[in-house]
Order: sequence, then structure tokens, then C-alpha cells
Amino acid sequence: MANVLINAPKTARRGEIIEIKALILHPMETGFRPGTNGSIIARNIIERFTATWNGDEIFRIDLSPAIAANPFVSFFAVATDSGTVSLRWSGDEGFQVEESIAITVE
Amino acid sequence: MMRLRIGLCLASVFVASLALAQGGIDKRRSGYQDMGPSLQKMQDDGTANPGMLFVQLGAQAWATPAGAANKACVDCHGASGATMKGVALRYPAIPEGADTPADLEARINLCRTANQKAAPLPPESRELLSLSAYVAHQSRGQPIAPPDDPRLAPFRERGAALWAARQGQLNLSCAACHDDNAGKKLAGVTIPEAHPTGYPVYRLEWQTLGSLKRRLRNCLVGIRAESYAYDSPEYVMLELFLMERARGMAFEAPAVRP
Repeated sequence: MANVLINAPKTARRGEIIEIKALILHPMETGFRPGTNGSIIARNIIERFTATWNGDEIFRIDLSPAIAANPFVSFFAVATDSGTVSLRWSGDEGFQVEESIAITVE
Repeated sequence: MMRLRIGLCLASVFVASLALAQGGIDKRRSGYQDMGPSLQKMQDDGTANPGMLFVQLGAQAWATPAGAANKACVDCHGASGATMKGVALRYPAIPEGADTPADLEARINLCRTANQKAAPLPPESRELLSLSAYVAHQSRGQPIAPPDDPRLAPFRERGAALWAARQGQLNLSCAACHDDNAGKKLAGVTIPEAHPTGYPVYRLEWQTLGSLKRRLRNCLVGIRAESYAYDSPEYVMLELFLMERARGMAFEAPAVRP
């Protein structure tokens, strides 16, 4: 179940630099910790986060096991055209989440 | 002479009002005030506070039917959760028909077993924390208001005694740090006054939401004392004492703490 909080402006002036912030619920299990029975807890992290603006990729990061649970991502983009910003998280155990927000550029 | 008398009169009024104002100043500090500005912003921003993820989960759980009765919280308490406004401010309290106090988590589980006919949620489980975060969030910004129930007094007194009792290998009491040395440093960290203003709290050290009970266990481990079992009444007594101690302070749940 996707549980995401996104903070981005709904409208922007053309050429304006806007900040997009996204927070997602995820354990980010490192794969290095032993469980209560001594065996290693399998790694379960988000491997990649990408953002696209009307289908064009504008931002991408690879996440590592050292990143804390519930990763918070913040990045800047230049508002060019009205449209949809899609945020995608993908990772271990088939983790796939996509959330879209609409931004109007005036 | 007349002018002097008016002057004296004004001066005494000023002194009296200053004394009143100073008497009225609340010197208690929430852990919020001891955090850096970036963490304060994190707590205040509803889209940067990770506790809000659990509030969102709690809102989903609030609307999901459970148990043999197949009832959801919304069926009795309404969809908005606004009926829960102020509830977290007055717990622990004695539920109807009971004679011992229960904290918010125990009260939620009581509702589950009695009304939903469902199994109680395990302590510190994601669903229980989410529901208590959802309920507690409704009271955000309001002053903590423990009930004036005389039946609570003996439990609160026992909580106060626990607070003052030295225990563990380090032979420390809660009061030794949080009353006598609050505001000073312990290994570079400011010792807070331990007001339960924001529980359940998102602790960066835990990387998840945790209850006041978990926080109390944390301190018990820290002083190398044996922590009480999760269902033992000692926690509720301490919570009762702490909520009374923080009476009137603004409620911040879900708070962020380092």
C-alpha cells in the first residue's frame, strides 16, 4: 500500500524554479542486520527514485542501504510547461509506487 | 508632592503587574524547544513530518472494518475523526465500567475487543501506532488537559513515587535527570524535561513512530534497570503523572524528536 506525502506548488510562473518534496513510507532494511534468530534480515530498500515532467525525466537518484527509513527526497525543477509530474519509487521485493501531481504553468 | 505620589502609585502598579506576569510565565520546556530549527520545521511541515505518514495510515485503518462485528471506527465515531478531538489530551483515564486507568493505546484495543470483536493489536505494531497517531493528531495544538477524576489520584501518586525512585545499575531516578538536571548536557545531548507533549512520536533514532511506553522503556534500559512488561500498570501510572506534570502545555502529536 503506497503511502506518500508530496509537497509541490500547484501553479508556477514559466521559467520559475520550483521545489518538489516527497516523503514515502518504507522500512529501508539494510540487509546487514541479524534478526532475533541470528539470521540476516533480507535487504529491502528502495533502489531508485525518478521524476518525470510530461514524460521527460528531470531527476533521478539511486538509493543505498545507508539511507534512513521513510526517505525524504527534495529537488528543484524549472517550470516549463503545464502538465503532470510523475514520481516513481522502485526497489526490492517488487516495490513499485507511482504518484502524479498536476502543475499549471502560467 | 501630588506628582510624586502619582509616580509612586504608577511604579507600584508596574511592579505588581510585572510580578504577576512573571508568576504567570510557564518555565516548562517541551522537547520541541530544545531541537534545532531544521527539526522544528520538519515537525511543523505536514508533508515533511514522517509521523504524518502514520496519521495517513491511521485514517485508512479508521475506515477499515475489522473483527467478528465487521465494524470500522467510522461506524460509531464518524468519518472525519473530529469526534476524537481532545481525546488524547485527557488519557490515561478510567474507561467506563473499569476501575483501573488505561492509556490511549489500551483504550483503542479495548474498543477493538469490546465493539469490533477483534483481537487486540500488539504493542508498538504499525496499525496500533497509526490509529493512536490519527486520534492524537486531532488534538494537535490544544493544551494537555488530564481529567479531574478523583479515582486517578492514587495511581498518579504511585506514578510520582516511581518517578522519584532510584533504580537500575546506575541507581538513577527519572527525576535525577529530568527534574534536577534538565537543560544540561548528557553526552552532547540536552536532557529534556520529559513532557509527553507529542506522543506517539517519530524518533529519528528509531526511524519509526513509537509510543510513550516505548520511550519510557528506552530510559529504563538507559539507566540499566529492568523494564516492565508491556502490559504492566507501572507505565500507565508514570504516564498519568507525566500528563498531569505537563497540564496546559500544547499538544504536538505526531512530534519529531532526534
